[in-house]
Amino acid sequence: MITEKIELPPEQIPDPGPNRILSPGHDYQSVSERIGGVVLLPLVNSPKKWLVGAFISFIFVNILMFCMYVLFFRGIGTWGVNIPIGWGFAIVNFVWWIGIGHAGTLISAILFLLKQDWRTSINRFSEAMTLFAVACAGMFPILHLGRPWLAYWLFPYPNSMWLWPQPRSPLEWDVFAVSTYGTVSLVFWYIGLVPDLATMRDIAPKMWQKKIYAVLALGWRGSAIHWHRYQKAYLLLAGLATPLVLSVHTVVSFDFAISIIPGWHTTIFPPYFVAGAIYSGFAMVLTLIIPMRAWYNMRDLVTLRHIESAAKLMLGTGLIVAYGYSMEAFFSWYSGDKYESFMYWNRMTGPYGFTYAMLIACNIAIPQLLWIKKVRQTIWAVWVLSIIINIGMWLERFVIVVTSLHRDFLPSSWGMYIPTKYDWGTYAGTIGFFLLLMFLFVRMLPSISIFEVREVVHHEAHERQELLEAQ
Amino acid sequence: MSDMHSHNGHSRNGGLIPLEALVEKPSKRIDIEELRKKLAEGRGPQFWRTLDEAAESEEMREYVEQEFPGLSGQIPQGVDRRSLLKVMAASLAMAGAAACTKQPKELIVPYVRQPENVIPGVPLFYATAMTTGGYARGLLVESHLNRPTKVEGNPDHPASLGATTYFEQASVLDVYDPDRSENVLNEGRLSTWGEFTGKFSTEAQELATRKGEGLAILSGPMTSPTFLDQMQSLAQQFPSSKWYVSDPTVNPAIASAAKKIAGRNAFVSYDLSKADVVVSLEADFLNCGPAALRYARQFAKKRAIDNGETPVRLYAIESSPSVSGSLADHRFPVKSSAVPSIAYQLAAACGVSASAPGGAPDWVNIVAQDLQKNKGRSVVIPGEWQPESVHLAAYAINAALGNIGSTVNVLEGVEPENTHSLEELVNDLNNGHVETLVILGQNPVYTAPVTLNFQQAMRKARMVVRLGQFFDETSRWSHWHIPEAHYLETWSDARAFDGTITIQQPLIEPLYNGKSAHEVISILLGKPDQNSHEIVKGYWQNRYKGGNFDDFWQISLHDGWLANTAIGTIKGNAVALPALDQQPVNGLEVVYRPDPTIADGKYSNNGWLQECPKPQTKMTWDNIVAISPKQAGQLKVDKGDMLRVTVNGKSVVGPTWVLPGHAEDSITVYFGYGREGSGRVGNKIGYNAYLIQDASTPYVAAGSVAKTGEQYRIANTQETQTMAGREPVRDAELAEYREHPNFPTRFEKPQPYSESLYKDVKWPYEGYKWGMTIDLNVCTGCSACIIACQAENNIAVVGKDQVARGRHMHWIRVDRYYSGDLDQPEMYNQPIPCMHCEDAPCEVVCPVAATVHSNEGLNEMVYNRCVGTRYCSNNCPYKVRRFNFYLYSDWNTESLYGVRNPDVTVRSRGVMEKCSYCVQRIQEAKITSDKEGRRVRDGEILTACQQVCPTEAITFGDLNDKGSKVAKSQQLPRKYGLLDDLNTHPRTQYLGYVRNSNEALKSNKRSA
Repeated sequence: MITEKIELPPEQIPDPGPNRILSPGHDYQSVSERIGGVVLLPLVNSPKKWLVGAFISFIFVNILMFCMYVLFFRGIGTWGVNIPIGWGFAIVNFVWWIGIGHAGTLISAILFLLKQDWRTSINRFSEAMTLFAVACAGMFPILHLGRPWLAYWLFPYPNSMWLWPQPRSPLEWDVFAVSTYGTVSLVFWYIGLVPDLATMRDIAPKMWQKKIYAVLALGWRGSAIHWHRYQKAYLLLAGLATPLVLSVHTVVSFDFAISIIPGWHTTIFPPYFVAGAIYSGFAMVLTLIIPMRAWYNMRDLVTLRHIESAAKLMLGTGLIVAYGYSMEAFFSWYSGDKYESFMYWNRMTGPYGFTYAMLIACNIAIPQLLWIKKVRQTIWAVWVLSIIINIGMWLERFVIVVTSLHRDFLPSSWGMYIPTKYDWGTYAGTIGFFLLLMFLFVRMLPSISIFEVREVVHHEAHERQELLEAQ
Repeated sequence: MSDMHSHNGHSRNGGLIPLEALVEKPSKRIDIEELRKKLAEGRGPQFWRTLDEAAESEEMREYVEQEFPGLSGQIPQGVDRRSLLKVMAASLAMAGAAACTKQPKELIVPYVRQPENVIPGVPLFYATAMTTGGYARGLLVESHLNRPTKVEGNPDHPASLGATTYFEQASVLDVYDPDRSENVLNEGRLSTWGEFTGKFSTEAQELATRKGEGLAILSGPMTSPTFLDQMQSLAQQFPSSKWYVSDPTVNPAIASAAKKIAGRNAFVSYDLSKADVVVSLEADFLNCGPAALRYARQFAKKRAIDNGETPVRLYAIESSPSVSGSLADHRFPVKSSAVPSIAYQLAAACGVSASAPGGAPDWVNIVAQDLQKNKGRSVVIPGEWQPESVHLAAYAINAALGNIGSTVNVLEGVEPENTHSLEELVNDLNNGHVETLVILGQNPVYTAPVTLNFQQAMRKARMVVRLGQFFDETSRWSHWHIPEAHYLETWSDARAFDGTITIQQPLIEPLYNGKSAHEVISILLGKPDQNSHEIVKGYWQNRYKGGNFDDFWQISLHDGWLANTAIGTIKGNAVALPALDQQPVNGLEVVYRPDPTIADGKYSNNGWLQECPKPQTKMTWDNIVAISPKQAGQLKVDKGDMLRVTVNGKSVVGPTWVLPGHAEDSITVYFGYGREGSGRVGNKIGYNAYLIQDASTPYVAAGSVAKTGEQYRIANTQETQTMAGREPVRDAELAEYREHPNFPTRFEKPQPYSESLYKDVKWPYEGYKWGMTIDLNVCTGCSACIIACQAENNIAVVGKDQVARGRHMHWIRVDRYYSGDLDQPEMYNQPIPCMHCEDAPCEVVCPVAATVHSNEGLNEMVYNRCVGTRYCSNNCPYKVRRFNFYLYSDWNTESLYGVRNPDVTVRSRGVMEKCSYCVQRIQEAKITSDKEGRRVRDGEILTACQQVCPTEAITFGDLNDKGSKVAKSQQLPRKYGLLDDLNTHPRTQYLGYVRNSNEALKSNKRSA
């Protein structure tokens, strides 16, 4: 039970180093208090940085609302899209956000199935990130419609006209892929939250807080049968979510691969989109969790071990992405197809060549620094690299969407795409929206899984015991 | 009293934002419809309060003033409620009446059916005529419940043959132009026609006492027999009056040269159906002039190659690439001012005794040899902007080659004699010889060369009467402005180039009580009560010597023209060539041309023409300064860089356009822009080239050009004009074609149909199977199809800003490509409508099935179902789809409702649209044929682009009908499908382009 005064630890807690996923000296109660304390901290005691950050994010949310208002009122023409570039920032951002939304499920489900115990401190956080990223992503396909008020026509619902969606269109597959992914992610995240919500219910100092958490905890009492069922359900959901990690971005890549536009019509897209998604997902996790662990003084819970593992995964997926780029370039030359080879040449040297150069720098060249152990273990360096990779992955989608469309088959209809202030505003606005959700999440729900960290405490205690007995 | 706007101002616009670029708010005006609605809703005391408030509002006062000019003066400022309410009651009733258009009171005769058969939804066609430069082109105009909506050429008329240019197509929009002048104005105050006739009759009586001394009439060129008859009467009644004729789009040298050739007024016409070699001395004969459509048809027929014919060979000698020049087999860019010397050199080389300057280029002799090889089967056509000497030289060459009587005919002139020029008018004005000036239609304050200073001169007249469709530059400086009736609103007649008399019958009562030139002249003749119908019909009644006049009149109106009124040929004299009247300009020459789509500025308020990509540049909404690539390199300018063009110390600033194939040391400027008295569409765009035009050197002058360093945003619809290694247009030399008639597909492997994911669902198309063929060999790129499509399919105008952003809406575009040497490039035109692919990439990617395939092979767009993902456009390899990024269609300007084709949906914001093969026309023909229990016949359906095409480059029909033209054309070996390798199976197919180069000019061959 947490006592009357809740505040953050007074001084800097040291990082236990790259070999530990938890600082020594933690017991069950200290874990609950440390993680739950962040949530139960009164608003006025929030770190200054949280307040400033949340406020800035809120401003960006307002920018988003304004841009959406203008968009709905005047039309899609407020954006830079045109003929031939029918898709612009909206689709770039959609794919980018969906990609970011991959890390959470991957960490929770796949690493869970692979029994990677280092995931415990960051899985909750990255699952939340996934949900919010999918929420941001989900906005764009609706916003980018010429008549967004008719978006529901993409859903198969019975109607008097006997009209159904057109199943051959990848956009229709998207509807199902993204909505399934969003739903499963939400359920997975919520199921994982239930034991912690019960903990929060138990430690919350105020009655109204207790009531809210009690409702959310669905009557969890922590009995053995609860744990038994919980673990079965979680395992099943992890099994269900795992293929989705692969399928969502595969389907998103079909939006391009199914078309006939040079630069889009590529069979390599599904695997390289998935790798790219994981790449950007881990980058975003690091971008967010590094400042958070500093502000909330949680270096003992999110340790260098976590950061280094994530950095290694980034390096690995980054190399898959690099392979994807090189194969794309190779085959556009090897195909002998004049449209393909022109497309890649134009991508590299055309009017948008600078975006391609930046893409290669951000996604391939600079991240190679992660081979160096020293870099992986330098927190600020990893953070800067994660930002660079986020930018790089956004550029990748920009390059794919825009440079392929702007010069396709007939030179007479070549054009240029220049994003407008509303394009930028909407993009920046969704980042603000995403961050605001993250800020609120950190304040409202335990951002690190309490019970799973307790498990770690338990395991470590056992290990210590065994060690002592052996001596 | 309360402001009317609080009652009715805010409800109508809803969430719809009009396009700023196009729609400025018109001046505050009462919305009478809104008021009527308000009143209809009102009950009891509330009703009366509304009416009271309305009566006392400023807007109502304005409205009454506009509706009942003159009355407002009688209403004292203090509110006389009763009388104002009385007027209002009338106004409201009238507003209701004005909302429905009225059929003219007089009998007009439909082309096909009797008017009593008017069936709503079934259009009627009426024969009428539009004049350009005074000469008529016969038209058939589609009328939906007495609204003219679409102009077609009259297939039986010699100057049209069923085709039109884009000017005729776009003219129907002018009828409904909300900026047209609506009132008679006297020194800026509202007046009435009655008041004017009173004043003007008095003036006429006064003038009569002086035998018309001081009376001046300025008009454009006229061939109307009725008008000429009126003018003859005028000359009898006012022997000292003078008639001045001027039109900035007509070069008087053509007529003066013809007069020298024939000894009297004459017209030199050509018969290209007999020509094997054509030399153009800067003539845009396929596109400009009263007979252009006929020449284009003849020329296209002579370019036929499919049955082993040898096609006509065209040499074009010109400064700025013209529509005709783009089709030339050899094009020689020379300075416009050097064309006279070259004409003389060519004349000398053809055996004419001419004092030709030396130093002729080699190709002159080669061209001359080719001409001499084809004696009697060749023709030299002088340029419409060239001086007399070129016209005489061309005639002399034709005479020397024995072409007279074969390819060249001298026709008796139909234009009046004893008219005077604009320069003479300015002299007379300045010398105080003109007291009363009547300007019929022309806008000289804007179009007169700056050196004439017309505005100053005009102000010396005591009374200036202006008849004009707009209250424009000239009207602003006139004492009286009379709104002019549009040609679709009034009666007249005119002659075609060959003299064929063509009747212009109205399709609609003048929307704004416009008057015709006939009616204005009639006041002077002492018959102020006569309307155009009485004048025109009266003239023919007097003149008709046959039996039943009513039958004759009925037939004439029905056909639109009078049979056997073509004028015979006359003998030309042997002309001795005078000394050269124009030496090549030393250094830089400035060439003046009417704008390709806006002409002299008379179409500047026409949104369709403003947005029509200009054939050579694909520019919209601006005039440019065209320069050669070399010159651009020297000046270090690229397109959009501002250039200052200076002639005789006067200068204008306009944006550069680098035009491949433009002659060096030569720049072309275009008239028609930089206006201030046009309207909300045409005002304040571009530069005014008249400001550097010198009356003594009106078409080409020495000048200089300098870079200003400024940049200008230009809106063109095609950025890239090279083929970038692709082959959208496939061409061959004649020899190559003879050897490999299948040259376009020679190196292409046929794509097996089996290479499809959906191979089992290949539809058999057992009923109709619509297809289109476009013959690139005869497409001139004249762009009439673009405007015809726009008129037929209610295509919105989007404005310059949106075009610059790549969002123009044309369903058919004409691509322009260059290849080879930049200075002397090959030029290609390629019209691109929807391909209606059998395996359409757009269809599979639409998530809501808004674009689907019909069982006749049409790729259909279902606007209602479209949610606007734009995936279809992305996936269209031809990029023919157009998207409504905003609410582009003008849903608010009521006057524009009239021009819309009721058979085609007016699209809203957020939906995709594209060419439908004019599905409404297909359906109409199918209904007709179903009723008659037969299949649709070949040629029964003409798409709008096909119908307007002067060269019949477009063929449409049923591919299942093996005898149909289109099925036959798709059997031709030079047929190919655009991007066929994508396995889209396009229904629109192209026929390859074949060039008939001269072996002797191989070194001059333009291809790389």
